[in-house]
Amino acid sequence: MSDITSHASHGRTAPGTGAVLSQNRPDLSCPAEYDHEPKSNTPVQISVRGLKKNYQRGSNVIPVLRGVDLDIREGEFVAIVGQSGCGKSTLLHLLGTLDQPDAGEIIFSDQRIDNLAARKRDRLRNDTFGLIFQFYHLLPELTAEANVLLPLMIGQGFFGYLSKRWAFRRRAAELLEKVHLSHRRKHKPRELSGGEMQRVAIARALVNGPQVLLADEPTGNLDRAAGQEIFEILRNLNATENLTIVMVTHDEKLAEQADRTVRLVEGRIE
Amino acid sequence: MYKLVLCWRYLQTRYIALASVISVTLGVATLIVVNSVMSGFTHEMQFRIHGILSDIVFDGHGLEGFADSEWHMQRIRQIAGDDIQAMTPTVHVPAMLNYRVGQRWVHRQVNFIGIDTTTYPLVSDCADYLQHPKNRDAPSFQLRDGGYDVQDRELGEESPYRHGMEMAGWPHRRRIGAEEKAWVAAQKKNNPQLAVPERVGRADPFSGIATPLRAAESEEGVVQEWGPVSKDQVYDKATQQETGVIIGYALAQVLGREGDHYFLVLPGDDVKLTFPTAGTPPKAVSGSFTVVDFYQSKMSEYDSAFVFAPIEKLQEMRGMINPSTGVANVNSIQVKLREGADLEAVRDKLRAAFPPELYAISTWRDKQGPLLAAVQMETAILNILLFLIIAVAGFGILAIFFMIVVEKTKDIGILKSLGASGGGVMAIFLSYGLLLGSVGSGAGLVLGLLFVHNIDHVRRSVEWISGQPVFDPSIYYFQEIPTLVDPQMIVWVIMGAMAIAVIASVLPALRAARLHPVEALRYE
Repeated sequence: MSDITSHASHGRTAPGTGAVLSQNRPDLSCPAEYDHEPKSNTPVQISVRGLKKNYQRGSNVIPVLRGVDLDIREGEFVAIVGQSGCGKSTLLHLLGTLDQPDAGEIIFSDQRIDNLAARKRDRLRNDTFGLIFQFYHLLPELTAEANVLLPLMIGQGFFGYLSKRWAFRRRAAELLEKVHLSHRRKHKPRELSGGEMQRVAIARALVNGPQVLLADEPTGNLDRAAGQEIFEILRNLNATENLTIVMVTHDEKLAEQADRTVRLVEGRIE
Repeated sequence: MYKLVLCWRYLQTRYIALASVISVTLGVATLIVVNSVMSGFTHEMQFRIHGILSDIVFDGHGLEGFADSEWHMQRIRQIAGDDIQAMTPTVHVPAMLNYRVGQRWVHRQVNFIGIDTTTYPLVSDCADYLQHPKNRDAPSFQLRDGGYDVQDRELGEESPYRHGMEMAGWPHRRRIGAEEKAWVAAQKKNNPQLAVPERVGRADPFSGIATPLRAAESEEGVVQEWGPVSKDQVYDKATQQETGVIIGYALAQVLGREGDHYFLVLPGDDVKLTFPTAGTPPKAVSGSFTVVDFYQSKMSEYDSAFVFAPIEKLQEMRGMINPSTGVANVNSIQVKLREGADLEAVRDKLRAAFPPELYAISTWRDKQGPLLAAVQMETAILNILLFLIIAVAGFGILAIFFMIVVEKTKDIGILKSLGASGGGVMAIFLSYGLLLGSVGSGAGLVLGLLFVHNIDHVRRSVEWISGQPVFDPSIYYFQEIPTLVDPQMIVWVIMGAMAIAVIASVLPALRAARLHPVEALRYE
């Protein structure tokens, strides 16, 4: 994995927030314009066809997704926007195999993943998708480092983990270094700020070397500066590692900076 | 790996769960203490019973017994030769013990046993239960010249004082002999016509029975001679004794107001025994005997029933000796086996060799079956009750685990979103239950063993705080509360407690495993 902060060498800062950020963390500052290719010629990585999902509220069936068709190409940074309740988080959960659709299918790398056995879906979530949430969702009992190591602990068996634990720890340290949290390694989540917690969550999502990063309103709970910082980390990951990122947000300004914005209205792509 | 890390973390952070484990700890500790004390009591009781009874009892049915114990003993030795350490013949007969307290006669139903003083101590520990130090070394039916224990030698200073025992033996006999002589002299003086029998110690109905007199001048080295007393021989109670008997402690002892012991009969007093002869129909015979010692095994069943006399005397009085051949009958042969011999195997071998319609062959365990079974039953019921305590603790764990699962709903969602399987999440809570169970039962083990180890300190402190005696040695006859820690019992208890803790965590763990990741993540 190449250094996600390598873009710092461009020396350009994002307007508005970049100047503030550059004072304390110059190497995290990112260029406002990216010189990446429009990802229209890469193969389709995730293909969603006729996706439907209903929720049961008592005796009422509430349709959330009413037939979503969507293609996401490898290395693409897609922002999904829409009003609250339009089903963006549901779509993301379905993409991340956390939930199963009522109709339609999701194809990932030429393989249908929405109807896989539970064990295979668990495996997929563990090593192929990285998930980031609005409320960070770190385990309060564990230190930042242990939270980052968690997917490795889950993915590897007991002895597998034990035998490789030093390599894993080095990897966790590297990732924390990349998100500038080396000094917070032994801190519990409650001792961290929102932005720091989200950065730990990003490190955790990356620890297993995923192919796709699914972010559910990653900046929704942060102030502008911290939100921008998180966004730029994601942007950087996308640019330098060709990581496919699907980000759900209701922040139009952030969405504009993505490769492509998908608007979800009442359960359909507009 | 995450399962271990998380359940270790939960153990460190959820103190409420540790509180639920306290009941497991207490349950395990109580179980260990109760079982140790119960098996201590059982062991001690078995030890005592075994000390009283010989390993194997070879019984002829009925009161008549079987002839020629020598031949039988030879046969037994042929059959189970290597396993046999010692044998002795005995005569058993139900009898009535009569003695006079003041102007009244007291009658007690007893088990009258004729023993051979040289071989009987080889098959049982009976000598250890006698009250004169010399009798403990070598039991004898000769009255001793004082020196009987005035307090229980096992319990020592704390035990109740035995009033009268300080002068038991010849001093006591000389005193009552002098008193009787003075009484007879007074009667004669007042009424010269009155014919007071020379032997006032013996009531007239028994005067026809042949009772030997014995030279009793010196205590040691007296040869026992048997035979009728010649009519002209003058019986002097102060210097002569009747045939000696050793009677059960509880037959003579009564409790004083302060809990000290008084005696209706002391070593040195004469008693009468009435028992059936061996013929058919049995006739009652009676004889005068001199109490020479008390037998105190501390098993009240035996202490209130046993009366021992020389076997030859019983055989003679019951007419068990064949006049033409001189061979005597015995009722049973007591067999002592070599250390480590298999009781049941020897018994079965003997049972195979001797016809059961003639002989009843049983081990001491068989004889004490009902008592040992009752103790076992008590232990079993106590165990069930105490395991219920741990089961109650299990419900506490169940409730608290449900609470923790609800509290940790979001974390479970996170783990699932990171790829943890339902089984993995379940394993977290199951191993958490196991961990709590091990912590609880480990603490219980330590607590229980400490309690057992210091049980007498605990008893003393409780007595000091409450002012009430908790364990009265004079009731239980043990100086200290007997305990016996059985490793197998401990393994069972701990495994049981841990199983209950794990079983209690199954339901909450299943609930955690079935949580839907999206719902769980949304949970606030």
